[in-house]
Amino acid sequence: MTRPLRQTIGAHYGWKDWLVQRVTAVIMVLYTLAMLGVALYNGGIDYPLWQALFANGAFRIVTLLFGLALFWHAWVGVRDIWMDYVKPTALRLALEVVTFVVLVAYAAWLAQILWTARPA
Amino acid sequence: MPVNGPPVVKPRPVYLNLVRIRLPLPGLVSILHRVSGVALFLVGIPLLLFAVQTSLESADAYADLKAIFAHPLCKLVVVGLLWAYLHHFFAGIRFLLLDLHVGDDLKPARQSSVVVLAASLAMTLIIVVRLW
Repeated sequence: MTRPLRQTIGAHYGWKDWLVQRVTAVIMVLYTLAMLGVALYNGGIDYPLWQALFANGAFRIVTLLFGLALFWHAWVGVRDIWMDYVKPTALRLALEVVTFVVLVAYAAWLAQILWTARPA
Repeated sequence: MPVNGPPVVKPRPVYLNLVRIRLPLPGLVSILHRVSGVALFLVGIPLLLFAVQTSLESADAYADLKAIFAHPLCKLVVVGLLWAYLHHFFAGIRFLLLDLHVGDDLKPARQSSVVVLAASLAMTLIIVVRLW
């Protein structure tokens, strides 16, 4: 019985990130088109409609999903840029950590915005 | 080509001078996809979160935000980000299609890069004219 050769280098996340970048992109395209549809259907968006949208539980969850897709997409894309242009390991790691922390904070911020209790 | 004599070692033409590089259109779409992505990450996301947060606080805050965005300097930033989003959007869809081997021959790839550049500019213009 032959065993497949083990790859001893690389973190193996290349194919996964490639797929993540595309799946998150499709999610964002769908959300964008849906929002465009809402705006066109209602002939624009005013404050009462805006308020009503964000008062809707399903809309909040879908918007959170969009946000998570956006932040994950940004993580893969921005990290690719650091990997392409920043060669010193310490600096690259620092930039990647900052990017990651900022994006996680953005996700928390979005959740906070979405689930803050507001007067109707 | 000289047949005899020592081999002539010619330096490779390396044009790392960005002004001298003649980038083909698909290359232009590609680098703009990266540039627009950076703009969206650095400015677009925090601004969007701030705007959504403020807009939901109250009807007054919503109106205030509208007034802020009516400022010419703010408009310029928003128009820039709008273009960045649209370019990233259309170029991204083009990349998804290329992944599916739709239009990945040289000629259709060139044509679709023109479409991406034109569509993002045209859509930016249409939305800007419609909103302001």
